[in-house]
Amino acid sequence: MDSALIPEGVTRCSFGKFALGIIIVGGVLLWGVYAMMLIWLKGLNQTNMNDFYGFALWIWADLGVIALGGGAFFIGLLRYIIGKDELKNIINYAVLIGFICYSSALLILAIDVGQPLRSWFIFWHANIHSMLTEVAFCLSCYFAVLTIEYIPLILENRQLNKVPFFHNLAHNMHEVMAIFAATGAFLSFFHQGSLGGTPAVLYGRPFAFREGIFIWPWTFFLFTWSAAAYGPCFTLFVTRLTEKITKKKLVKQNVIDLLAKISGWTMGTYIIAKIIDTWYWATVTAPDMGSNLIDFYSNNPFYGIWILVVEIVICGIVPALILLTPKGRSNPTLLFTAVLLACIGVLLNRWVMVLQVMAVPVMTFENWVMYIPSWQEVATTILPVAYGIILVMISFRYLPIFPQERELNS
Amino acid sequence: MFPFSFEWIWDVGHMVFMGGLWYALAILGLGMTYCILKSVIDTMQGKGVHH
Repeated sequence: MDSALIPEGVTRCSFGKFALGIIIVGGVLLWGVYAMMLIWLKGLNQTNMNDFYGFALWIWADLGVIALGGGAFFIGLLRYIIGKDELKNIINYAVLIGFICYSSALLILAIDVGQPLRSWFIFWHANIHSMLTEVAFCLSCYFAVLTIEYIPLILENRQLNKVPFFHNLAHNMHEVMAIFAATGAFLSFFHQGSLGGTPAVLYGRPFAFREGIFIWPWTFFLFTWSAAAYGPCFTLFVTRLTEKITKKKLVKQNVIDLLAKISGWTMGTYIIAKIIDTWYWATVTAPDMGSNLIDFYSNNPFYGIWILVVEIVICGIVPALILLTPKGRSNPTLLFTAVLLACIGVLLNRWVMVLQVMAVPVMTFENWVMYIPSWQEVATTILPVAYGIILVMISFRYLPIFPQERELNS
Repeated sequence: MFPFSFEWIWDVGHMVFMGGLWYALAILGLGMTYCILKSVIDTMQGKGVHH
């Protein structure tokens, strides 16, 4: 039915099967849209946010998808600036995943601000002393970069590419893509960093506060570095998942191996820096502010020292070691486990830096404040996942995402 | 925010912060303008005709 739109030389499932998949995931999407409309029409009283939780599930989801989408900027940097040419075989998918992640982040923010019609205030009435203003600037600009990187891919659709102007536009955009990629890397460095810097400048909250250099707390650099380390892992994870679902080989092993090796080194160095940061914070920063490490992990029903062990050891050191060893990278099961653990690790890190920060008591007379999101918050957080799956399904079916697919499956 | 906005102050913070935004937007805008104009010219010259 739609075979004229499918890239040449590759096979796809029947249109009926594809449509059924879209309808199923579309149902989840509609559930999220319903919750989103409730929030926009009735207000933020639909959420369980309160005076303790001004930042809640949405901000965690925002930070999470921005970290996971970091694969796009880092792979773009490696491909276009550093010249790792093999990565051209996975960059399209990284861009698509980045596009989904960043559009999701902006969608979640549009729900979170409560009054989306005034979103432009942040540009026009900018508070230049706020890290979040810088995040908003860089996030919007970087989403524009990802859109620019995604457009040539759309224009390379089998039918669209027959139109001479679209063909030329896609070609010319590829020619100057290095400039866009460099701009994207610059923007990503700053917004990833500022997202990490935001909790760390809260000097009234010893759990979050960190020292640093000039105006930048150490977490500024840790967040950027972790996005560079864990973002490509998410790209690898989704690629492997797509291969399993489609029962096709989409990317050659040497490309996977190279990206996994780079991720391993980036993750290894990040986790060493993270351990040093945690050690200094636990032994110097927090005690100087009158707190002990164990205060942050006791007297509450959820947050124990286990969270630190899971984040640093199980989802940090273990995947880094797997990715650093040739045997680990060449074993599909171990590789898949490593990238999955890495994704969980970075999401856990963002959870701690957003939600545990809010939960820890600040005053001696306060207790821990726990938070359970409302169904509307959960539905609107699942909404971008459903949207992402649909966009991946459509893009995979109609766009030449994987240049090696034809060769690997002939 | 532009220098003609009433909130604008001529200090380093405003110049660096807003300058960075305009710089990034200028690169993206000029880059896309170049691509579109070159594509129009290429198309008029008959390039990219599908065979």
